[in-house]
Amino acid sequence: MAIIPNPHKTTGFLGWIDDRFPLTKLWKDHISEYYAPKNFNWWYTFGSLALLVLVNQLLTGIFLTMHYKPDAAQAWHSVEYIMRDVPWGNIIRYLHSTGASAFFIVVYLHMYRGLMYGSYKKPRELIWIFGCLIFLALMAEAFCGYVLPWGQMSYWGAQVIISLFGAIPVVGPDLVVWIQGDYIPSDATLNRLFSLHVVAIPFVLVGLVVAHLMALHEVGSNNPDGIEIKKKKDANGIPLDGVPFHPYYTVKDILGVAVFLIVFLGVVFFAPDGGGYFLEKPNFQEANPMVTPEHITPAWYFGAFYAILRAIPDKLLGVVAMFGAVLILFALPWLDRSPVKSIRYKGPIFKTALALFTLAFIALSYFGMQAPTTLGTLISRIGTAIYFGFFLLMPFYSKIDKTKPEPERVTYEAH
Amino acid sequence: MSNQGVDHGRRRFLTLTTTVVGGAGTVAAVWPFLASLKPSERAKALGAPVTVDVGKIEPGQRVIVAWRGKPVWFVRRTPEMLASLPKVAADLRDPESKEPQQPEYARNEARSIKPELLVMVGSCTHLGCSPTFRPDHPAPEIDANWQGGFYCPCHGSKFDLAGRVYKSVPAPLNLLVPPHRYKDDHTVVVGEDQTEAA
Repeated sequence: MAIIPNPHKTTGFLGWIDDRFPLTKLWKDHISEYYAPKNFNWWYTFGSLALLVLVNQLLTGIFLTMHYKPDAAQAWHSVEYIMRDVPWGNIIRYLHSTGASAFFIVVYLHMYRGLMYGSYKKPRELIWIFGCLIFLALMAEAFCGYVLPWGQMSYWGAQVIISLFGAIPVVGPDLVVWIQGDYIPSDATLNRLFSLHVVAIPFVLVGLVVAHLMALHEVGSNNPDGIEIKKKKDANGIPLDGVPFHPYYTVKDILGVAVFLIVFLGVVFFAPDGGGYFLEKPNFQEANPMVTPEHITPAWYFGAFYAILRAIPDKLLGVVAMFGAVLILFALPWLDRSPVKSIRYKGPIFKTALALFTLAFIALSYFGMQAPTTLGTLISRIGTAIYFGFFLLMPFYSKIDKTKPEPERVTYEAH
Repeated sequence: MSNQGVDHGRRRFLTLTTTVVGGAGTVAAVWPFLASLKPSERAKALGAPVTVDVGKIEPGQRVIVAWRGKPVWFVRRTPEMLASLPKVAADLRDPESKEPQQPEYARNEARSIKPELLVMVGSCTHLGCSPTFRPDHPAPEIDANWQGGFYCPCHGSKFDLAGRVYKSVPAPLNLLVPPHRYKDDHTVVVGEDQTEAA
């Protein structure tokens, strides 16, 4: 049977492939003929940086798994072994542990970019939802990973987080035992979290990233002006304000990668514990089920959600609020009733709300990492109210806000 | 292929039965995976009772013993410590131990069989951290009316010297008193109940 020639008219080896697999098509659709708005600013590098950090985590993770032992009796010592005896083991581990924090920094900034420029609004609701699912998977992945060294903070972090499910009425206590596979966090718990960390969640995460990008490339990228470049096209159907992703944004992203690597490797080489925030001090002691560390705090990236948990003086409501704080993100595309997308054209109410939300999130993150104090609890409660107020009141304030008219074309100055 | 002469009733029946049987099979196949995550027989076997010699515990001292992997505290309370219990009753959520957080034989003000000897699981009823023993008082950084007790470093829950929880802290319940019995005057078995005769 004769093969129908591929539409790209490629010949030779590439032609042979293109007749059998859409290689040139994939390259054109997603890279060389994917038209992105020409007015991207530096906020738009965090998406590709997140991909870079994901690759870093997968690569360093594969090599750590070659030396690590998921056994409560051996895990701690195998991490020490990686640090001291495995050639370059300490660098590989620090790349992985610093990579976890870098992942959250990059993802938080990436999400904040979406918040500012309305990238979650129609027609990009599914991109946002896939992104929220990525964020959830990332939190689960980070939690499992933090338990693996089986240090004091690993152990007590696992104890606290798994106990959250005990707040569920009726089935809670049995559910906790089922999750742990024992009556306390133990070898069984460590072993299953290892399985989730290296097999199940990475699979889900990569799948979601693919879905996130497919949805993005289907509708096209948003931009700092929040207007649709596909509305103005030239005779060939190419958006007037679009430039091909390659070479324009591949080159731009490489600059972002260079700047990122300087900072990231600076931390990896010179301050791998991130001042006690990236690797907490109690985690330099082996897990001891008999003694809780004096100050138990989550990794910094969970600080805000942990502060919300602590702010509410009721076990079940605290847990509901904490999970609610993440789940409410999914509803964002339908909470924002503003006629414009970008903060550039939104009114003073939205700008004030976003500023308050930003301050609240930073304050919550800070106090979530401190020992509980009266003042900290008070500020956490105010912060929690602002956090939820930002989302739950959005349908009202975004509707009455005075917006500015959006431009016809993107604002752009050649440089 | 033509659709003539197709028995639609038969086709619907086969589609329906295949779906139902296949679906039931899939649901049944999920069970072994979920059930495999339950505590293994080995984990269950490790929950045996523990015998502890409490004779050498000094007044005011706390000793920690592991039972089912959890810390169990033994505190020999001084008369002053016991006298402090009524002083904080107004600040407590459940001062009369109405919630079933202790065996019946330990449902009293001191929440113990012998008033001086407290036997208690040292896991916070909030999220399972092990509270810190803080017999010192006053301690205004913990509570204005602190008479000594246990303070959870994780989320700031407070308990008095009988493990009774304070109001307006995240922990909902008093600390758990495990089933225990006196084998003789200075030996306690944790994990076995006091019988009526004892």
